[in-house]
Amino acid sequence: MSEPIISTRALTKRFGDFVAVDAIDLDIQRGEIFGFLGANGAGKTTAMRMLCGLLRPTSGTARVAGFDLFTQTEAIKRSIGYMSQKFSLYDDLTVIENIRFYAGIYGLTSQQIRSKSSQLIDRLGLQHEANALVRSLPLGWKQKIAFSVAMLHDPQIVFLDEPTGGVDPVTRRQFWDMIYAAAADGITMFVTTHYMDEAEYCHRLSIMVDGRIAAMGRPYDVRTSLNARSMDDVFTMLARGATRGQD
Amino acid sequence: MRQLRSFVRKEFLHVLRDRKTLLILFGMPVVQILIFGFALSNEVKNTRIAIIDQANDAFSQQLTQRIDASRYFDVTSVLDRAPWADGLLRHADNRVVLIIPANIESELHHGRTAQLQAIVDASDPNRSSTVTAYLSQAVATAQLDLLAGAQQPARIDVTTRFVYNPQLHGAPNFVPGVMSLVLMLVCVMMTSIAIVREKELGTMEVLLVSPMNPFMVIISKVIPYFLLSLVNIASILLLSVVVLDLPIVGSVPLLYGLSMLFIITCLALGMLVSTIAATQAAAMLVSLMGMLLPTLLFSGFMFPIENMPLPMQLFSNLVPARWYYEIVKGVMIKGLGFDGVIKETLILLLMTTVFTAISVRRFKERLG
Repeated sequence: MSEPIISTRALTKRFGDFVAVDAIDLDIQRGEIFGFLGANGAGKTTAMRMLCGLLRPTSGTARVAGFDLFTQTEAIKRSIGYMSQKFSLYDDLTVIENIRFYAGIYGLTSQQIRSKSSQLIDRLGLQHEANALVRSLPLGWKQKIAFSVAMLHDPQIVFLDEPTGGVDPVTRRQFWDMIYAAAADGITMFVTTHYMDEAEYCHRLSIMVDGRIAAMGRPYDVRTSLNARSMDDVFTMLARGATRGQD
Repeated sequence: MRQLRSFVRKEFLHVLRDRKTLLILFGMPVVQILIFGFALSNEVKNTRIAIIDQANDAFSQQLTQRIDASRYFDVTSVLDRAPWADGLLRHADNRVVLIIPANIESELHHGRTAQLQAIVDASDPNRSSTVTAYLSQAVATAQLDLLAGAQQPARIDVTTRFVYNPQLHGAPNFVPGVMSLVLMLVCVMMTSIAIVREKELGTMEVLLVSPMNPFMVIISKVIPYFLLSLVNIASILLLSVVVLDLPIVGSVPLLYGLSMLFIITCLALGMLVSTIAATQAAAMLVSLMGMLLPTLLFSGFMFPIENMPLPMQLFSNLVPARWYYEIVKGVMIKGLGFDGVIKETLILLLMTTVFTAISVRRFKERLG
């Protein structure tokens, strides 16, 4: 096994007396689809924000994409992509304007922007919609564009924060095909989700309870180790032990 | 630099795509200038006045004519006796009754002070004081002209002289007011809404994950509004010069430079609001109630600060628009140079620094 693309040891975040993330250890491999599960308030979002370089950890060590999380957040930000549940696209801009904007803030040159955006448009088959406002596109398309835009700068890791929230099952399935394709290209996918069936699609997953990682492994292994019939049961069993309320 | 350029371009696209924003941005200053200039004037024109001319000599007749000729007064009736001045106010719908005493000419020629009596309907105090001021002004000028040939009578007379705005036009007062109002609205409300919108849409998260420095994100959001505000100032000044015939007495570059300072103050306030408000609606409410209302009430533009109770006077010191209003009035109307508005400039600078420091702190806290 090569060096993990994300590696944390005792990574902790405290807000005053409150320990939001309590000494988590993660090792995620290149090209892996890693599901990051947990109830609301379990510390999932805080952990992800730390890994993205948005929040400074209180203690522990972590390397993301080969860079130190404490000292090299700038370099980390260049190596990761991010897409959230809310699609991350601007409704009042056209498809091409959105693409150019994101390429621009990642510092791509105008020549790169031109070639990247025409590639992307071709790949998604959006030649006719390139100059349409994002607002006018169906949800599934927006999602695909948002995902592609998050990978515009060739990141090594893409963080997907509940990427399929509010989308019908067919579109979700199509979206997962894109995730598999990207993972097959060696891009690591770090996915949070509420849908337990989606958890089954991941190569490996972890479940957070009260700021700690309560279970981690391949979906099948996690299920069998807890004698659970489905991922839903696993989740309920673990969440029942939670002492923290939802926030 | 490339990042900044992409960002500013995107920000302009937002503004240009949104018809409502555009309308507010460019329509509002024009509408405000026109409304304040023509409809909401606190100039009092065509006040109905009755004159009781007990003298009925050459002097009193000329005085009456002059008052009638002024656009501020309409002489409704000239009577030679005062049966009931009160009735003239009550029933004939006059605002003022002016009584010219029988002995006016002789008093004046003998070097004594003549007394005119004005009975003014003071049910609207502001209006009545304005009317009184107009009347004294009219009488004073008439007196100067009419007695010019005569030998200078030795007498002491109190005359009020209105400087900077001798005709007591409303425009010099409200143009600086409209400028501070518009800049407040554009810079505080629009910027805070624009920033909060990214938070609400969830795009802020995406921007912060990008390698772009968080402070650059904010600066790029603010640049378009800075530029648009410059356009707004130009259009207000142009309108006031062209439509309202209000000349800019002082230096235009100075006025512009200090306006830029005020814009930056407002942008800092807008950032502050955006760190407080979680939704666009909240940002709008905070800007309207917390910023626009104090601007309207405490800048001295609608209500004179000197008339307020002390606590309110002290509070008005905290309203940035108050100082900008002083600056614009000073430079634009009185023609003051920079040395005349140093105090106001320093106060604005201080406020800007404080607002920026607080918003940067709050912004950092949010980032953890």
